[in-house]
Formats: sequence, C-alpha cells, structure tokens
Amino acid sequence: MNNLLVLPVLLPMAIAVFLMFFRRKIALQRTVGFIGGIANIAIAAAIVLRVRSGGIQTLELGGWAPPYGIVFVADMFAALLVLAASITGFAVLLYSFASIGREREEHYYYASFHFLLVGVYGSFMTGDIFNLFVFFEVMLISSYALITLGGSKKQMREAPKYLLINILSSTLFVAAVAYLYAAVGTLNMAHLSQRIAEAGQGGVLNVIAVLFLIVFALKAGLFLFFWLPGAYGAPPFAVRALFGALLTKVGLYAIVRTFTLIFPNDPSFTNAWIVGMAAATMILGGIGAAAYRDIPRILNYNVLIGVGFVAFGLATGTRDGMDGVVFYMLHDILSKGLMFVLGGMLISAAGSDKLDRMGGLIRSRPGLGWMFFVLALALTGIPPLSGFVGKVLIVRGGLENGMLTLSLVALASSLLTLYSLIKIFREAFWGTEPDLDEEDADEAEEESEYAESGSRSSRASESGERPAFAGISAVLLMLLVVGMGLAANGVYGFAGQAGATLDNPGLYIEAVLKE
Amino acid sequence: MEWIMAIAVGTLFMIGIYLILTKSLLRVILGTSLLTHGVHLLLLTMAGLKRGDAPVLGGGSGAYADPLPQALILTSIVISFGVTALYFVLAYRAYQTRGTDEIDGSDAEGKEADS
Repeated sequence: MNNLLVLPVLLPMAIAVFLMFFRRKIALQRTVGFIGGIANIAIAAAIVLRVRSGGIQTLELGGWAPPYGIVFVADMFAALLVLAASITGFAVLLYSFASIGREREEHYYYASFHFLLVGVYGSFMTGDIFNLFVFFEVMLISSYALITLGGSKKQMREAPKYLLINILSSTLFVAAVAYLYAAVGTLNMAHLSQRIAEAGQGGVLNVIAVLFLIVFALKAGLFLFFWLPGAYGAPPFAVRALFGALLTKVGLYAIVRTFTLIFPNDPSFTNAWIVGMAAATMILGGIGAAAYRDIPRILNYNVLIGVGFVAFGLATGTRDGMDGVVFYMLHDILSKGLMFVLGGMLISAAGSDKLDRMGGLIRSRPGLGWMFFVLALALTGIPPLSGFVGKVLIVRGGLENGMLTLSLVALASSLLTLYSLIKIFREAFWGTEPDLDEEDADEAEEESEYAESGSRSSRASESGERPAFAGISAVLLMLLVVGMGLAANGVYGFAGQAGATLDNPGLYIEAVLKE
Repeated sequence: MEWIMAIAVGTLFMIGIYLILTKSLLRVILGTSLLTHGVHLLLLTMAGLKRGDAPVLGGGSGAYADPLPQALILTSIVISFGVTALYFVLAYRAYQTRGTDEIDGSDAEGKEADS
C-alpha cells in the first residue's frame, strides 16, 4: 500500500480541471502548469527511489484486494517511464509557452495537455487490463482535442482519419478484453498471468494475444503505422512532440507489458509476429526517413524506427534485450521529444519545412544547429550518447538469441536514422541561403502557415509568446539525453532492476497478489 | 440464446465494417457506432448469459449474476457515447472547413482558404 502511486494521475487531473475554469488567464495557466510539471517530476522521482529501495509498490484502490479491485502497480519499468514522461511533458510544456499561440492557449490547450498526461501516467501505472483501456481512452480523447485544436484545413483533413483508426483499435481492444475474460475469467494483469500460465498458452489464448498485439500495434505505430506520418504532420510542433514522445510509447509499453507479463509462455508463436512487425517497421521507417525531403515527414518516420527497435528488443526475449528495451524507451521518450522541439524551432527559424528552401542557418542559429547534430548522433547510437547503451543491449540480446538478420536490420536502420538526420543538418544548417525568387506560387501558399510562425519574434510581444522558453526546453532535454549516456552506469542500475521484473513476471505477480 | 447473440454481434460488425469502408464521413461515424454496439453485445455474451440475483452480500439465494461485464459495458458505453458526439462535431466542422464530407478526398474547390 502506497498512496504515492495515485499522485501522478491525480495531480495533472486536478490541474486540468482547475485550468478549465480560467481559460482567458494565460499567465495563470502557464504558472500552474509550470509548478505542476515540476511537482510531477518530483513525485515520479520519489516513486522511482521508493521502488529502488523497497521493490515493487502497489496501491489497492478503494481497499479492494486484487484480483477483485483495481490495483495500481509501480514496478521499476513503469516508474522510470512515468519519470521520463513527466520530464518530457514538462519540457514540451515549456516549448508550448514559446510556440503554441494565444488562440490555442485560450481554447483549453493546457487543460487537454494535462488530461493527456493523466492518461499516459495512468496507463503506465495501472495493473488492470480494463483500466488500461480506460486510461488509453482518457489519453486518446485528449489527443483528439489536441490534434483538432486550431481547426486548420490540414488538421480537419487528418483528424477524422486519426479518430477513426483509434476508435477502431479501441473497439478491438474491448473485444479482446471480452474474449480474454471469457477465456480466463479475470482482468487483473498479475492474476491473468498466473491463470494463463496454469492453463497453458495456446489455441484460443494465442489468438487473443495476437488481437492484443494488433490493438497496441495500431496505437504504437508498430508496422500498422500507415496513419501515423499523416496524422502527426497536422498539429503544431509542441503537440507533435507530445504525441511522438509519449503516445507511441504508451502503445509500446502496453505491448511490452502484455507480452512479458500476460502472454510470455509461447514465445515461439508470439515472438514470430513481433519479430516480423519490428523488422518491417524498421525497414519501412528507415526508407521513409531517407526518402522524404520535408522535415515533418523525416521526423515522423524516425519515430517509427524507434518503435521498431524497442519491439525488436522485446522479441529477443533475453535479459539483455529487456534491459535494452527499458534503456532505449527512456532514451526514446526524451530524445523524440527533443527531436520535435528542435524540428519546430528549425522550421520557425527557416520559415519553411522543405529542405530545398533552407540553408546556411548555422550562421544565425549556431546553438540550434549543433544541438540538432548531437541529437542526430544520440538517436543513431554513437557512444557516449544515450542511444548507444540501449542499442548495444538490444543487439547483444538479439545476437545471443541467434537473430543475426534482424540485428543487421536494426543496425542498418540506425544508419538510415543517421543519414536522414544528417541530411537535415547538412542542408538546413550548412550551405548558402536559398534563392527564394524561384518559389512556386503553390508552395508559397502552402507555406504561409510557417511563414507566419517565422515572423514570430515580431508579434511575440502581442501574442504573449515567450521564444526564450523554446531554448530552455531544448537545452533541458539535451542535457538529459547527453547526461543519460554519460551516466549510463548509474541509469543501468535502475534499468537493470526494471529488466529483471520484465524477465521474470513472477516478481510482479508476487508483489500484486502477495502470495 | 448464445447463438442469437452471436448472429446479432456478427450482423452489427458486418454492417459497421461496411459503413466504415464507405467514403462519406457520416456513414463512417455510424459504422463506428454500430461496431461499438456489437462489441458491447460481445462482451455481454462472452461473460455468459445467465439469470441470477443481484450480487449483494446477504441478499438473494446464492446464484447471482456476474456484475463485472455489466460494469465494463457501462464504462465502454459512456466512452463511446462521448467519442461519437465528438466525432459528429468534428465531422461537421471538417465539412465546413473543407467543403466535403469525404474522409479521404481532396478538398472542395472554390471554398474559402483555411484560417
């Protein structure tokens, strides 16, 4: 019993409800969000330390003992993800101060933002599969609000598709829960794990496992990602940062959790699916990132490569692979948030999102340029930056398990990551300023949106935007991305504890059911 | 009894999927709505169709109905109700902005540019 566990969910929810009553008081909204963000980081850090010293923490909501009541469980994996998500959420909040604009701020942007965080933290902490569905919905409905907020033509074109795909996957989620309940008669994850282990996984349970895989893969962008590049290209960059860093990771977390805890007993069947999907995601994501020449698409496809990599780590099924999954997901949350923040700053500095229409920015924005360069190296996995440790562990897990081809695919996808990001760096920051006389009328029209944000500094004072916060946000995340690599040994202690739980579901079951 | 439910669920899924595959956004929304109804019936059926007393301690004769699926369905209905309402509003707004209710078509010509 530990009441601390409910705070990461309760605090953003209280903030969101509070902010709804003060929609025109922007300064108040920002201040409350700022303080709440710091408080949430502190709470998450406290949970991590508590789990470090005292093992897995549980909270039986309403005092109902599992498996009858809903239980919140913080193992090291969930606690670390909550910590990383709260840090990234805080950084994106700072970036929102700089970029989101008064119009959106007055229309419940911060309230939706905090409701989204409620869903994210809740999904990480819950120990009940139907409760996971509920928190998914909290998160998704907030994301519907965020993706449509602003109502531009592009958003109105992408948002209905985004809603459709998520409603469809949520429907399948409920169907999968129904089948699971019929098959084993419980919804508590630990209890599910125990009963499925007793009954033996096979036949109908494998079908249910694949149904869950499809549901979560749709949300995570694992292979079933056809909706992602379009949908993530519609909202403003602060929202993209939130989506790219957190939403896909929640889907991935759900995959990792279900396939290490609930369905770990028939790896030869389930892992074959995950392996294939991971390989396809990395290959297609890599090709997409390498092929496109506009920044939003390159960044969106880079999100996919990260998703594929984590799924590969899960499919290795080894202890090293699990440690790597934990490490890489932490890195991915921070660095994908940073990637979109930097991308947004780059585009607003250049006034365009097309690489062909950029160049020479290193002279006017050297800090941005070099941060982008370091980020590219970190995402590729160059030591000593943070991506390296996760990738090494995952690939080592893959080689231990004899998955040579997939390890090569994973390494090749890292090369494509490097290529795609260095392409941005080379063309946007090096070279000469582009000759803007040749622009087509069409393109100019298309880019008016960005040109508007390009002249941001001039109208910043009247719209209340604070461009300085963008820099602070980027530096905060940059320090963490670099620091996580440099302090890899310390982080590894935590990630190892998380990996141990993933590798041995017995620890989780024991902590929840207390047997 | 289960086989009637199975046919009902299958029919709802069939119509729902057909509607989702059409181009008109309005039909798509109706399709998602039918799909969620199908899923709720599925949930009810999968948990077992049986009669029994209310699961209250000390009341009733011992044979009681499983309350959990009903709680799940109630939660899910509320969620799908909210999402469907939101989807309708979004569809109307998208129609106003784009001048078409096709989910994946090009924007209509001659309409005012977006804000």
